Amino acid sequence: MYRYDEFDYQIVNERVAQFRGQVARRLSGELTEDEFKPLRLMNGVYLQLHAYMLRVAIPYGTLSSKQLRMLAHIGRKYDRGYGHFTTRQNLQYNWPALKDMPDLLHDLATVEMHAIQTSGNCIRNVTSDQYAGAAKDEIEDPRIVSEIIRQWSTFHPEFSFLPRKFKIAVSGTPDDRAAIRVHDIGIQIVRDGKGAIGYEIYVGGGLGRTPMIGKKIADFVPKEDLLAYLEAIMRVYNMYGRRDNIYKARIKILVHEIGAEEMKRQVDAEFAEIRKTGALHLPAEEVARIQAYFAPPAYETLPDESTELNKAVLADRDFANWVKSNVAAHKVPGYAIVNISLKPIGGTPGDCSSDQMDAVADIAEKYSFDELRVTHEQNLTLADVRKKDLPAVHAALKAAGLATANINLITDQIACPGLDYCALANARSIPLAQQISERFSDLDRQHDIGELKINTSGCINACGHHHVGHIGILGVDKKGVEYYQVTLGGAADEKTAIGDIVGPAFTEEQIVDAIETIVTTYLSLRQPGERFIDTYRRTGIDPFKESLYATH
Amino acid sequence: MAQHSRKGAQFQALTANRLADGIVVYLTSDNRWSESLQDADVAEGKEAGEALLARAQPTVDDNIVVEPYLFEIAREDGGIRAASVRETIRQAGPTVRLDLGKQAELPGVHR
Repeated sequence: MYRYDEFDYQIVNERVAQFRGQVARRLSGELTEDEFKPLRLMNGVYLQLHAYMLRVAIPYGTLSSKQLRMLAHIGRKYDRGYGHFTTRQNLQYNWPALKDMPDLLHDLATVEMHAIQTSGNCIRNVTSDQYAGAAKDEIEDPRIVSEIIRQWSTFHPEFSFLPRKFKIAVSGTPDDRAAIRVHDIGIQIVRDGKGAIGYEIYVGGGLGRTPMIGKKIADFVPKEDLLAYLEAIMRVYNMYGRRDNIYKARIKILVHEIGAEEMKRQVDAEFAEIRKTGALHLPAEEVARIQAYFAPPAYETLPDESTELNKAVLADRDFANWVKSNVAAHKVPGYAIVNISLKPIGGTPGDCSSDQMDAVADIAEKYSFDELRVTHEQNLTLADVRKKDLPAVHAALKAAGLATANINLITDQIACPGLDYCALANARSIPLAQQISERFSDLDRQHDIGELKINTSGCINACGHHHVGHIGILGVDKKGVEYYQVTLGGAADEKTAIGDIVGPAFTEEQIVDAIETIVTTYLSLRQPGERFIDTYRRTGIDPFKESLYATH
Repeated sequence: MAQHSRKGAQFQALTANRLADGIVVYLTSDNRWSESLQDADVAEGKEAGEALLARAQPTVDDNIVVEPYLFEIAREDGGIRAASVRETIRQAGPTVRLDLGKQAELPGVHR
């Protein structure tokens, strides 16, 4: 993985020292809250419902074991012994004190980590595919371009005060696991007819109160032009993005209002202008330097079949179930990708205790080249595990309470922190996810239902990605009481779709039964081989409406 | 954002977050900040609410608390109950992780 050079160290350490001074001046009263608030936000510090919250950046979700151990240490020393992995592949601490923040950030900086670009109207932490480097059909490791964008965008003077926040996601495979079409810019790595690698560019996707699917404005941007092309998009947005209305300030509104064609025309014109005046070309040697950090690890030459694995599958039903749902194919024979579910039955999606972080760090160090990934679906991934080590990895995860076998099943839900933690939320998300998880805890039933993604957000800002859940749940507030609105048919993959609202909202008492009704309706309608989303796409919303509301 | 207080609320209390650690606090009748809602001063009617809010300003100016606001409460069995789910969670901690924090210290608060 990428390691800091002297410049990275310098900017992060200087930032910690700068923020230490700012916190001291705020506590002494030299800075007012109005003066301080934008400064703390630029360092990932929010004030939430109960306390401050710190959002730590995990660039494109990649972590070393050492870094995860530091996150565990920080959870113990400055928080309450746990952290929360988010849909942005980041980690949030729910209870740190402002007065401790400089020391916390100092500790974080010792392992090449920080909270820069986790808030504010800048280009945020770049997100990517958790299977990067290991996926079978990968055209190029998306972490290379993600890292290049990180370096280019950090403290970029022209793009530090954009109309609104800006999120970029990168996918290196045709199967999209990074939800690139619901980002401000989505980058799909592609190959042209001559075999050259370049980038397909989507722009203007996003969730929140106005969900939009990104529009493709370039089929193939050559490698060396990527930053110049991104610069062109950012300039068009910086010039014409609305600053008069926060709800209309994201690039998706601009693209929606002027249309994808016009957006493409303006970006192309700006790109041509940039080229005339001396475009920022990506120097090949710099790309090679960064690429070297993501060179494949020292894989052994192994047979693809593992007798140890086959024996264990036959001998242990729990293990077999876990392999079935949590283990994915790897590009190298004899290796596998392991997904660690952070969705125990009845637990909080994305929460991980400091002890569990230490356990995962040890497992990653021993079995997956000392590295792991955070997924936007709030799970963890060990990308490079030998198949013959899978029984040992499963046993170690089980000992840490991390062997839940439910990846992509109905209990593998996304949920935002909701009203239990968040100052913006209108309703709770986590207890709902917990109740649904408990209702569908039977593993045989989960496998029978098959792939089904339930995403819950506690407010319209959609941190829980409800619009793109196969079943989406949005918490709303009606006179101080929580209600839940349901959408169906959303998807965040290469067939991205925004879900349709099924009808009037449900009360807290009704919502879990309503989910069950939706599931049983699907089971009664499905044809052989169909997943929930396939059935929904075939039948449309009417049968679901019928079964949910006809008897009410 | 959820509404903090209903227009025409009869009873209101005042809450804020402590600057140094962000912890939720309530203004008491002798102008201290308490971590317990049960210690909160209660204002009846709009004018008394505004007066309560005004009393917070010196401690905001002294950098003790941030973001003070009024919210609706109800008097119940000699105690004070927040009217909304939001303020109930704010005073009693999250409704999850009942092994930690205020939600553990106030047994039965979230049932």
